[in-house]
Amino acid sequence: MSVRHALLALLHEGPKYGLQLRQEFEAGTGEMWPLNVGQVYTTLNRLERDGLVEAADDDEGPQRTFRLTEAGGSELEEWLRTPPDMSAPPRDELVIKVLVALRLTDVDVAELLQAHRRQLVELMQQYTRLKGDVGEDDLGLALVVDAELFRLDGLIRWLDAVDGRLARLPRGPDGERAAPASRPRTTPERLRRQIGSRR
Amino acid sequence: MTALELRDVSKVYGTGAAEVHALAHIDLAVEPGTLVAVMGPSGSGKSSLLTIAGSLEEPSSGDVIVDGSRLADLSRNDRARLRRQRIGFVFQDFNLLSGLTAAENVSLPLELDGRSARRARPVALAALDRLGLADQGDRFPDELSGGERQRVAIARATVGDRQLLLADEPTGALDSANGEAVMRMLRQACQDGVAGVVVTHDAQLASWADRIVFLRDGHVVDQTAPQPGPDSLLSSDAGR
Repeated sequence: MSVRHALLALLHEGPKYGLQLRQEFEAGTGEMWPLNVGQVYTTLNRLERDGLVEAADDDEGPQRTFRLTEAGGSELEEWLRTPPDMSAPPRDELVIKVLVALRLTDVDVAELLQAHRRQLVELMQQYTRLKGDVGEDDLGLALVVDAELFRLDGLIRWLDAVDGRLARLPRGPDGERAAPASRPRTTPERLRRQIGSRR
Repeated sequence: MTALELRDVSKVYGTGAAEVHALAHIDLAVEPGTLVAVMGPSGSGKSSLLTIAGSLEEPSSGDVIVDGSRLADLSRNDRARLRRQRIGFVFQDFNLLSGLTAAENVSLPLELDGRSARRARPVALAALDRLGLADQGDRFPDELSGGERQRVAIARATVGDRQLLLADEPTGALDSANGEAVMRMLRQACQDGVAGVVVTHDAQLASWADRIVFLRDGHVVDQTAPQPGPDSLLSSDAGR
């Protein structure tokens, strides 16, 4: 999350002072991203140093007001159009846990997948209740909650896909599925190298 | 009194080598005012559970109790009456009758139950009004959008004195905005006192429920615990 660019965006609407920026940032994200006021002033000082904002008055106190410079406007526009960095394979903790579980012979992987699925759905229930309780009036909150719900939903779909892949593994003579640990393995590190080599 | 209770319910289709155990020893209780989601992959037994809960199909063994009545103790006619009066169904593809207007679709279960069309209509219009369709009563289903059709189906499922609302992938044919609107309405119907069961493979849909039961290969394998209020998301790192 770029606080720097969020502040530029808020100043694009007109000159504002630090506390005001913090309040508007939190309101705009449905108060899901609390922001330390110290962080706001530190960021404003850096933006001023870089020529992206400038003082709009002579006040040196907490009411000191800033406005966007022309360079700040260009920086904001460029940032909006630059795709976020999605290139590196995610080192998601859940993915690591499942990969580790597949190597351990005494772990019930199906049960483990279900435990994670339940915990993710329970978290989704809380976000959905939050969305349901505030209605459709708070657009900022709805968008932030939707983003989180889609992210969690994606993880659950991935768990479902793991289940499906494990179910399709060939069974040995004893009826047990072949242990995944005995198969050639792609580690996250190897995956990173493979994807990197295609770029 | 629970609105719906399944006690040790099993369902087997076919015999011999073709035998399929769709449901195995299911226990499930749904209280009035509660929305329960049954979540599981295709073939896990979700739809069988719903049709058995709605008395559209009989279990191979076990008991189904709706609104205090054990279905096995009821005659065929009494079961049909219970279905008409107490249970509402919402399907993925709406299942509205195309030759009837929205209001006529909603009043149909009341009329089948002996109420005159004249007396049923204001009740149907009130149900449509609750779902934001006050002006759409005289439109036919093909004159309505997908979201509006599903709202008509919810009005039909909740009209009169229904205590149990059963929904099978009710947002499957809708875009995400309309799907969310439908789930808000189902949740509201349950908060108004109806017991609801929605079966789905979709976690976003299921997360509208108070409780989620996970079904796999005909077995209940897990269920969610009661969750703290959403305030916990605002005051901790969980919201980051």
